[in-house]
Amino acid sequence: MNAVVAGITYRAVLGRRRVLLMVLLPLLLIALALVLRWVGSADEKAAVTLMQVYAIGTMLPLLGLIAGTGTIAPEIDDGTIIHLLSKPISRPVIAVTKFVVAASMLAVFAALPTFAAGYLLLRDEAGVAAGFGVGALAGGVAYAAVFLLLGVLTRHAVTVGIIYAVVWENLVGRFVPGARDLSIQQWAQTFADQISTSGFLKSSVAMGFAVPAILVVTIGSVLWAGHRLRSLSLTGEE
Amino acid sequence: MNIELRQVSRWYGNVVAVNDVSMNVGPGVTGLLGPNGAGKSTLLHVMAGFLAPSTGTATLDGRPIWRNHDIYRSIGLVPEREGVYGFLTGRQFVLSSARLHRLPEPEDAAAKALALVEMEAAKDRRIETYSKGMRQRVKVAAALVHDPRVLLLDEPFNGMDPRQRLHLMDLVRELGAAGRTILFSSHILEEVERVAQHIEVLVAGRHAASGDFREIRRRMTDRPHLFRVRSSDDRRLAAALIADASSGAVSLAEGGLEVQALDFRRFTWLLPRVARDAGVSVWQVSPADEDLESVFSYLISGSSR
Repeated sequence: MNAVVAGITYRAVLGRRRVLLMVLLPLLLIALALVLRWVGSADEKAAVTLMQVYAIGTMLPLLGLIAGTGTIAPEIDDGTIIHLLSKPISRPVIAVTKFVVAASMLAVFAALPTFAAGYLLLRDEAGVAAGFGVGALAGGVAYAAVFLLLGVLTRHAVTVGIIYAVVWENLVGRFVPGARDLSIQQWAQTFADQISTSGFLKSSVAMGFAVPAILVVTIGSVLWAGHRLRSLSLTGEE
Repeated sequence: MNIELRQVSRWYGNVVAVNDVSMNVGPGVTGLLGPNGAGKSTLLHVMAGFLAPSTGTATLDGRPIWRNHDIYRSIGLVPEREGVYGFLTGRQFVLSSARLHRLPEPEDAAAKALALVEMEAAKDRRIETYSKGMRQRVKVAAALVHDPRVLLLDEPFNGMDPRQRLHLMDLVRELGAAGRTILFSSHILEEVERVAQHIEVLVAGRHAASGDFREIRRRMTDRPHLFRVRSSDDRRLAAALIADASSGAVSLAEGGLEVQALDFRRFTWLLPRVARDAGVSVWQVSPADEDLESVFSYLISGSSR
């Protein structure tokens, strides 16, 4: 961790217009929860569906994409990253710092609102709020790492990230059960299922797989990103 | 400190950007001169550790530059691209540089660096409100904040107004005189001539010339020059000019005469006199090949001889 790198990264990400999405998406989740309560359908089934489809299935990957790629890709694009890289700081330290920034933002903008929305709907009934809150946190950490890596690997990180989240996780994952094993969303749901006792929640990936999977993917992605940063090439604008 | 390039080539796919360049950059100011697209930025990026040579080696006092973040203790880099965070103030930007270098007194170092580039007045404004020249100076301050032994600048004088340019030129000269190793790239001969004691010329990715600027200047002036001359009587003027040894080929072209002057100084002295003696009025004399490309291509053909 490097405090200067973290400070600059926070300011860069929060200063961009995309940060509006990071605020609007969780606000929408809270609003949906309030509407459900207001119309009197704040039951366990509705809460679990909202969490699965919107909080974990839509909001989390989108925020992961914004926070994960946003901490590094724009800086590589416009060359400002040189300011950080031309210093006697090891590149893996820079990658770890950027990851921590992205993960912390997902904790605030994704995990916390997920818990809040669950709590608004059910209080602490069946551990749904806590379960999905922890699930969103675990998934958010993995998304932050994977999308950070994408931001270092390719200039089309956002496109590739959307294809992963939409096509692989939501489309292929729906019809091909095996694909769910390699889905961060599913791992997040496994965590939720572990904590929650709700009968409406059935995760399809075992905890014994999801935990090591999240660890391997997160640590591996951050290490790889650091390794790639060591040999980041900048071409002249000639 | 010495930067040494040994047989460095760099290609992108099939395109060769830098071809078999060997050079040694030592203390003092070295100008890396070449037309746009010659590979100057590529070479500078290799020296700064932001590009691996495809073949060959780049070292700083014998230590490899590529994948070695320790070299940045000794190197200050001023990239050509804007490379600045617009949301920071000038002071915050330079201070962040000092902190990233873990200097013991970052505030003092930042204040000193800002004073060096005369940016104290605007230091508390956000960089996005700066002019191009001011951004350039803040970048120089950030690169100098840790008092590096080596300073690499990519087209540093671009976008500066004349006064700022002179100020930065003086600063670079002083730093070089104090024994720092400084290399800057430029496509403008006059810039290099004013600041650098030593010049490396790069043309089309090849190391075309290396040496003292006077020597290179002489070779640039001594090349045959091509002039287009319009006058009241082109034929008569042509006949009078061809009689003198300083004009090489004289040809009648559409819209005037084309004269190749072998001896530049004698030709410029001769033309008005010959015209007067022949009773011809000269309307226009214009150089036909004064663009940098032809000057550089002459240098290349001259150095390969």
